[in-house]
Amino acid sequence: MSEAVKFRFDVDGSDFSSAGAASVMVKKKLRQLGYPPEIIRKVSIAMYEGEINMVIHANGGTAEVEVYDDVIIITLSDTGPGIPDVALAMQEGYSTARENIRTLGFGAGMGLPNMKKYTDSMEIDTRIGEGTTITMKVYL
Amino acid sequence: MKISEISKLLDAQILTGEDASDREITSACCSDMMSDVLAYVKDQGMLLTGLVNSQVIRTANMMDMHCIVFVRSKNPTEEMLELAQECGIVVMRSSLRAYVACGKLWMAGLTQDTEDCDV
Ligand SMILES: Nc1ncnc2c1ncn2[C@@H]1O[C@H](COP(=O)(O)OP(=O)(O)OP(=O)(O)O)[C@@H](O)[C@H]1O
Ligand SMILES: [Mg+2]
Repeated sequence: MSEAVKFRFDVDGSDFSSAGAASVMVKKKLRQLGYPPEIIRKVSIAMYEGEINMVIHANGGTAEVEVYDDVIIITLSDTGPGIPDVALAMQEGYSTARENIRTLGFGAGMGLPNMKKYTDSMEIDTRIGEGTTITMKVYL
Repeated sequence: MKISEISKLLDAQILTGEDASDREITSACCSDMMSDVLAYVKDQGMLLTGLVNSQVIRTANMMDMHCIVFVRSKNPTEEMLELAQECGIVVMRSSLRAYVACGKLWMAGLTQDTEDCDV
């Protein structure tokens, strides 16, 4: 495995209008690096869902993307409230988002299942009151 | 259908990306829920929506879409248009309601691939 290319972003939880900006940047970088469009699409959709989640559910955090020859690893860490029941949160349609989030176009309870769908592996490490770290891998 | 033809059909004003208006669009989707666009859309090249925020542009970028139509004369901000330009997305605005805009596109033959899409 050769030297990884790494990107790191602070995701601002106080400003919804910038939510998703890190994913747009990662998508651009991966295009510049010449990765296949299908791979880029998987990585960017999964990261975008996670990035939006950090903003609407966890008051922001950090996003890291490590790019290797054979795998892309996305790590999203926040110090938000944690997820009390991960199995429940993973169900399509389960959402704790309020009406104000729905008027912004989110909160259908589809993000986490979508992240799982678009990645080859996904791990959720969450502690109530401490935060959540989600690690996703997409193999090339 | 070319983006320029779509803008004519919907009586829509192209707000950014005019130079890409020769691009062919073969399928479209319509939603105000970006969650649903991310979860259910497959290869639709164009999004019609009444929602106006930066996440509309970013969602279209994630889904590799080429064109966004804001219906009901919704006005994107300068910032959104700049973002769309960076992402290479054509943005237009139509005074039509979503239902009518979709109906016109469908009648004009923009029906390909839509069975693959749940939005
Ligand atoms: N980073 C996080 N911190 C705390 N809770 C989270 C986090 N991510 C998700 N959740 C919880 O899991 C639920 C399901 O998340 P998911 O992304 O599937 O849906 P959503 O964000 O509510 O809606 P959508 O993703 O469709 O816009 C959320 O409503 C929230 O309760
Ligand atoms: Mg979500």
